[in-house]
Amino acid sequence: MHRPFIAVMLGLLAGTAAAKTIHVSPGGDAREKLQTAFIEAAPGDVIHIAAGRYPLADGLSLDVDNVTVKGEGPGATILDFSAQKGSGEGVLITSDAVVMRDLSVQNPAGNGIKSKGSDGIALVNLVVEWTGGPKSTNGAYGLYPVSSKNVLIDRCVVKGASDAGIYVGQSANIIVRASRAEQNVAGIEIENSYDADVIGNTATNNAGGILVFDLPDLPQQGGRNVRLIGNDVTANNHVNFAAPGNIVAGVPSGTGIMVMANEQVLVTGNRVTGNNGNGVMIVAYTQAFTDKAYNPLPRRVTVAGNEFRNNGSAPAFAGGKAIAAALGGTLPPVMWDGITRYVVPGGSERADGGNIASDAPGISLNLGVQGTPASAARPAPLPSQTIPPAPRAAIVLPAALEARAR
Amino acid sequence: MKRALAAMLLVGAAPAPVVRGDLLLASDAPRLADYGLFDGAGRPAPGVMPYSLNTPLFSDGAAKARFVWLPPGTRADYRSSGPLAFPVGTVLVKRFAFPADARAPDRELTPVETRLLIHRPAGWVALSYVEEGGEAVLKRAGKRVAVRIAGRDGRPLEIDYAVPNQNQCKTCHQAGEAITPIGPTAGNLNDGRQLPMWQASGRLAGLPAAGLPRMARWDDAAEPLEARARAYLAVNCGHCHNRAGFASNSGLWLDPDEREPAHLGINKRPVAAGRGSGGLEFAILPGRPDKSILVHRMLSAEPGVMMPQFGRSLIHDDGVALIRQWISAMPAGMAVTPPAAGGGGGAARQSGQNR
Repeated sequence: MHRPFIAVMLGLLAGTAAAKTIHVSPGGDAREKLQTAFIEAAPGDVIHIAAGRYPLADGLSLDVDNVTVKGEGPGATILDFSAQKGSGEGVLITSDAVVMRDLSVQNPAGNGIKSKGSDGIALVNLVVEWTGGPKSTNGAYGLYPVSSKNVLIDRCVVKGASDAGIYVGQSANIIVRASRAEQNVAGIEIENSYDADVIGNTATNNAGGILVFDLPDLPQQGGRNVRLIGNDVTANNHVNFAAPGNIVAGVPSGTGIMVMANEQVLVTGNRVTGNNGNGVMIVAYTQAFTDKAYNPLPRRVTVAGNEFRNNGSAPAFAGGKAIAAALGGTLPPVMWDGITRYVVPGGSERADGGNIASDAPGISLNLGVQGTPASAARPAPLPSQTIPPAPRAAIVLPAALEARAR
Repeated sequence: MKRALAAMLLVGAAPAPVVRGDLLLASDAPRLADYGLFDGAGRPAPGVMPYSLNTPLFSDGAAKARFVWLPPGTRADYRSSGPLAFPVGTVLVKRFAFPADARAPDRELTPVETRLLIHRPAGWVALSYVEEGGEAVLKRAGKRVAVRIAGRDGRPLEIDYAVPNQNQCKTCHQAGEAITPIGPTAGNLNDGRQLPMWQASGRLAGLPAAGLPRMARWDDAAEPLEARARAYLAVNCGHCHNRAGFASNSGLWLDPDEREPAHLGINKRPVAAGRGSGGLEFAILPGRPDKSILVHRMLSAEPGVMMPQFGRSLIHDDGVALIRQWISAMPAGMAVTPPAAGGGGGAARQSGQNR
């Protein structure tokens, strides 16, 4: 009869014990060792994964708050999912205030690292890579926080994702900084999210560099308040290798920055060069939709103070070549579809949208109503404007999370 | 195995075990036997009540025996949707076993694992006990078990059976932040017999005299196709694909209460399916199962494509056939405009009530 009592006492003691470090080293059943550590960690603990290669046939998952998972550097600690047999992602995080850092995830069958419903998730100095190069059979997303808030992605690298390398979906209060995305379909994508700063990243050799999207029929929509600042968006001319049907499969190869159906987006201080399609493309959602609550239009998008060079020489979107030819062979850095109206499903037409401002040369396709194909374009110059600096303050994350991510 | 066999030979002598309700509440026992839920021959202890569901989750063809134990003097309260309200102290038990031959699914069963959902004061806790060396031991981190049986074609079939890790239990058994039972809803328990029996024996209160919801049996061809398909999807997908579940962010919601065609997947484009879309444009394209992502993902056993993401390693041919039949029967071009609130959907619980 004493056993339960003792168990309870031990439990209480464990609850009051100081945070500890759980060490995991290579060898033996790597999955069982890592998963056991992920389950037995207590809030405040550090899980230290020693240098080495960890072959994993199933996904790992973490559901304990305030845990730091730390490798010895992305070149040293490698979680290898090449032989994965189950789970939709390599690592799944469902708890709050989690920091995962200093390791690599290779060849996950689905997504690389996903957080769902986390308040406080920092992904720092990670490499997620499909080592066989870009292929449509690679997993969808490299880093994938979704339905989360207080999201930090810092100094990460993602290569080869068949959808977006870094994808933040249906989340709020987000910083993506100093990271690199290459050879993905989309480099960095902020989707159905609020309040995001995408700062000082490099997106190169993707089909599309940085995307800011909003889609219908989702629990969180009305994407807004996104700033793209000081990013290097270069030569995103990779062939689009996404499976058809997915939204990014419609992103034309050669797109530098694309803003779709979002409100209040600032694009400033970026270096946007060598993207063969568009430097910046600002568009409405293109498909038919039945969601009455959805607004498919881009609104209040400001493009100011960027460096544009060598973009727009070979646009791949339908009708793009003809438009470029009419403009002397090259599209100007900024293109807006000129859609300012849409039909509310089951209702009447609604005018909204507009307030698209650029201090760099741009055109509007003047398509008018949502759903009009680009082949109906009546291109006209976008008036060049001098734009005051954006009023919004920088995104700030909880200081404790930032401190652990340093 | 040997120990179980020895125990079986001695059954006449062994006293009935007593369920350790105190231990269930206090700690995660290292061995299933510590809780006293079953005797050495696997027979339930007094008070451990077997139950069945109209439509169960497909688990690679495992035979699953379900039991519930309620602390003496307590009872569950009726709920018309979602699981019954079980009191603290309740344990729900699911025992997984594989038959030697898939053509005789109830015979020569070899146990693999036993899953417990224990209702403790702070909430439900999920534990899995895996058969190792003749006893069922706690495995928090999950495990792969190689199961060899004769398949439905009579040929040897190797099943790479995956025992879920403790977090994966929560992934499915999730309602917001909390863990919740999935199976024992009034609708899925309603076989015309179980619920009144529970009420009569004092284990259930509040059962209405009429108007009980009833979930269809997915495999009963006499029931309406719509009700069977919705029951199958509710049980095999709806535990994650609902507004409070793990897959809430997909916008594809397949729980029995969902009514909106777009959220049921009809003409709905994928969001984060990645290569799981298989190059198809819609979760369900009415009339075209071969053009529906839902069927594509049910037909896969490859991680990153297959749905559910875990819980099976085989393709459920009969389930796929049912969903194909259901999508084929939908008129092409249906539901391109949203219905009035509360309309459409045709959830399983609306049909076949009080049979």
